Order: sequence, then structure tokens, then C-alpha cells
Amino acid sequence: MQVIESGNVAAALGVKLARVQVVAAYPITPQTPLTEKLSELIEGGDMEAEYVPVESEHSALAICIAATSAGARSFTATSANGLLYMHEQIQWAAGARLPLVMCVVNRGVGAPWTVWNDHQDSISQRDTGWIQLYANDHQQIIDTTLKAFALAEEVMVPVMVCYDGYLLSHTYMPFDVPDRELVDKFLPPYKPAYSLDPMRPANLNTVTLPDVRRDIRGDMTHGYMEIRHLLQQDMLDAIPALKDIDERFKAVFGRGGNPYIEPYRCEDADYVAVSLGSLSYHLRDVVDMLRDEGIKVGVTSVHLYRPFPAEIIADALKGHRGLIVFEKALSYGYQGTLASDIKSALYSRTWDQPHRPFVINYILGLGGREIATPDLYKALKESCTPDGPKGEETRWIGLKFFE
Amino acid sequence: MKGKDYCSRISFSEGGPGDAGKTGSWRVLRPVMDPQICTPAKRNAPSCYICWLYCPDGVISRTIPPKIDYQYCKGCGICAQECPTKAIVMVEESSFLKKE
Repeated sequence: MQVIESGNVAAALGVKLARVQVVAAYPITPQTPLTEKLSELIEGGDMEAEYVPVESEHSALAICIAATSAGARSFTATSANGLLYMHEQIQWAAGARLPLVMCVVNRGVGAPWTVWNDHQDSISQRDTGWIQLYANDHQQIIDTTLKAFALAEEVMVPVMVCYDGYLLSHTYMPFDVPDRELVDKFLPPYKPAYSLDPMRPANLNTVTLPDVRRDIRGDMTHGYMEIRHLLQQDMLDAIPALKDIDERFKAVFGRGGNPYIEPYRCEDADYVAVSLGSLSYHLRDVVDMLRDEGIKVGVTSVHLYRPFPAEIIADALKGHRGLIVFEKALSYGYQGTLASDIKSALYSRTWDQPHRPFVINYILGLGGREIATPDLYKALKESCTPDGPKGEETRWIGLKFFE
Repeated sequence: MKGKDYCSRISFSEGGPGDAGKTGSWRVLRPVMDPQICTPAKRNAPSCYICWLYCPDGVISRTIPPKIDYQYCKGCGICAQECPTKAIVMVEESSFLKKE
């Protein structure tokens, strides 16, 4: 069914269709309308789930951790400082291997306070052991939410579905709401691999020692390092798993085909812009303008950011002359993390090759600073030349310092 | 992913003595029980068992008198703290080393 709704409602409808059983969330701008919609659906009887109102984001995720351990399909959502307040439980959910899904409605982090969009919140949680998927539009928000549950439950790793605050969360766009019967076919009710059972008491995630140890039966059990190594292995296994899920999704709903990256006019491109989220669709307009001038440029968005599909990204990008990475977040003291990750993926696959693409890194839109199309046009155009800017320093678009 | 696989991917343990091996070697203080003072031993009836109930490692038996399994007892001292008749005292392990 086609509807015109906000990005937050797209996420809420995805959560409803996924037959989530427990929702625990604390409202924070710009995520608030998503949790309001969920509480409305549950209160109105349209969704059979327990909504647990909490006093903080830390508690929200703690409740989802407990509910998932008890065998329920669980969901939470947050933004910015709310996500940062969850940080300890975020690491816990990953190490506990719980197939949670959380929407991160991207917003800049304080200080100074900002309620506006950038990607610093989810990027700052990049290394916690969660899968991170970035949606570019409303259709991708609802589709990705459904795929996220399938992926989380397949590899037993929690998933963040990230989408831009305001730009997507509060704007209204037409999108297709999948039929309930088809969703049930794609994502059957959650059957946990293991769940807490009062008849078989057990301790989950108890203290480990530096070495492996014996359990009460005298059998060897994994220590901390083995458990963490398996998290890394299973994260990497999520890369092929996402492809299978995307293909299954496409077979049922007819949408998909780009599980990792979404290239636009890249086939013959000398230069390729790269970014996360809705900015990549904004850049399509700029690519069209430059193409009209005869500049062979394309744009690629990265949909799966963690695990990083390094092989796929390097294969897609290594043949171009230059890569221009536009980012709404950075690792302070170095550069944008996507630019670093792309360079790392390219280095190990092209270090002995005569040709390697240059990589330029632009930082823009922090704290909701307007991303003006003429500014994107100017930056991309001057980068699409062999004599353009080089080097690893970050180039900031839209700064307004004054004397 | 199978259920068994899941449990090997996290730190998973069941209640009972012996999780983490022969943990008796961790002990610095040894709980020593005087059966003459122990309540159920005096009455020959299961009237107390507070030590059995409180032991976080399940190494005290529900018998008269209660028996402590020193292979696994970590010497936390909770039994001595909780015993209403002060039948359990904590004794330095080093004093046993000299004897044994």
C-alpha cells in the first residue's frame, strides 16, 4: 500500500510489521515521533507488544537486552546524546549477541547542544560490535528495518538502522508499506536460538577469566578472547548474509539489489563521490549537473557501514581516478571515518598496483549547517581534476568564520 | 545459527560448583565448622541450613552436619557471617599449609 508519511512513521510501520514484541524507548528529538507512533499503535491495539516507558536511554536498552534474552523480538530507537547514554549497554548487547534492532535518527552530539542532523552520533558507536545500516530515503527506512531483524537473527549481532534526522525523519515522502502476509513470509515470528528458561537456570555473560575455563561439567568453555573473536567472525559473516537476505527480500517485494553500496552513474566515471545516507541522493543532482558539462563523475552511497564490506567497496572504487568522500562526522584529530576506511580497504588491495585513486575528504553539514547545492557543486567540480586538491587534511564546506 | 552455537558465543554458565574449575585454590580463608555448635546437629533436625542457602557457589551440603566442599569453596566467608550460632569460623589457609 502506497502512503505519504514521515520517515519516523516509516520506521514505526516497519517495526509493527516485524511483529516486535517489546519496545522500550525514551523520547529524544528527532526520534520522538517514531516512539510516539509506536506507543499509539500499541495503545490502540494495532500492534501486539509491550511498550515499556523508561526514565533513560540506558534503561531502554537494558530492558531490550533483558527482553531479548527472554526470547522476545525487541526494538528501541534514539538519537545523539541518548545514543551516547546507551554506550555501555550498546557494547553489552553486542557481546551478549542479542539480535536487537535500534533505529538511530541521526543528530549531532553536544557540546554545544544541537538538535540538528549530522552523523557524529552513530559514527561514534562504529566500533561497538553492532551492524550499521544507513538508509537514504523513506522506502529504505521501512525496508531496512525489516531486513535488519532478519540479519540480526541470522548472525546474532544487533543492528542499528541509521537515517538522517529531519531530512528523512520529519519530511513526508511516498513509500510502499509491505503487505502483512508478505512480511510474515519474509520474516517469520522470532524463534530464539536460546532464551532464559526458569526450568533450566543459567547465568548469561558472567565474568570471564583471561584464559579459557571449565564449566560445571568439566567441559572447556570459551574465554573472553574466543568470545570476542567469534563476534568479529560473525560480523564478517553478516556481509554475505545481508546479500542473501536482500535477495530474499527482492524475491518477495521486488525491491533491493544493492545490499552494500548504491552506485549512481559510476560505470564510466573518472571520479566518484562517496557518502552515507540522504546526502548521497542530494549529490545525485550535483552529479547530473556536472555530467551535463561533460565531467565523468558518479556518486556511491555506502549502505552497510559495519561490518565494512571492504572487498566490495575496493572493487567498486579502485578503478576510478579519484574519490571524493563527503562526511557529516569525523574522528577528531584525524579525518572522516568513511574516508579512512575506504583508504584502508584500497591500500591492502592496490599497494602493489601502478594506479591508485586519490581520496579527498570533505566535512560538511555538522550540527545541521545547511548543505547548499552550489557549495557541493563547487567542491565536487574542483575535485574532479587531476590537478585538484590532494592530501589527507579535511576540507570543510560551509564554514563561516569572521574577523 | 543453532542454539548450542549461540551458548558458545557468549559467556554462559549454569549454577553449581565447578564453574571456572577447581576454585578452591583461590581460597585465602577457610571456613571451618564446629558440628557441636551447629543448630541442626544439636537438634538432629533440619532446622537451619542457612549456610547451605547462602553459599553463592553451592558447595555446602544439605546434610547433618553440613559438609563444605573445599575443592570449590572460594572462602568468601558468607557462611561464617550468616551462621546464627557462630559455628563457622574463617581460618587462615597458611595455617593448614604448615600442618598438611
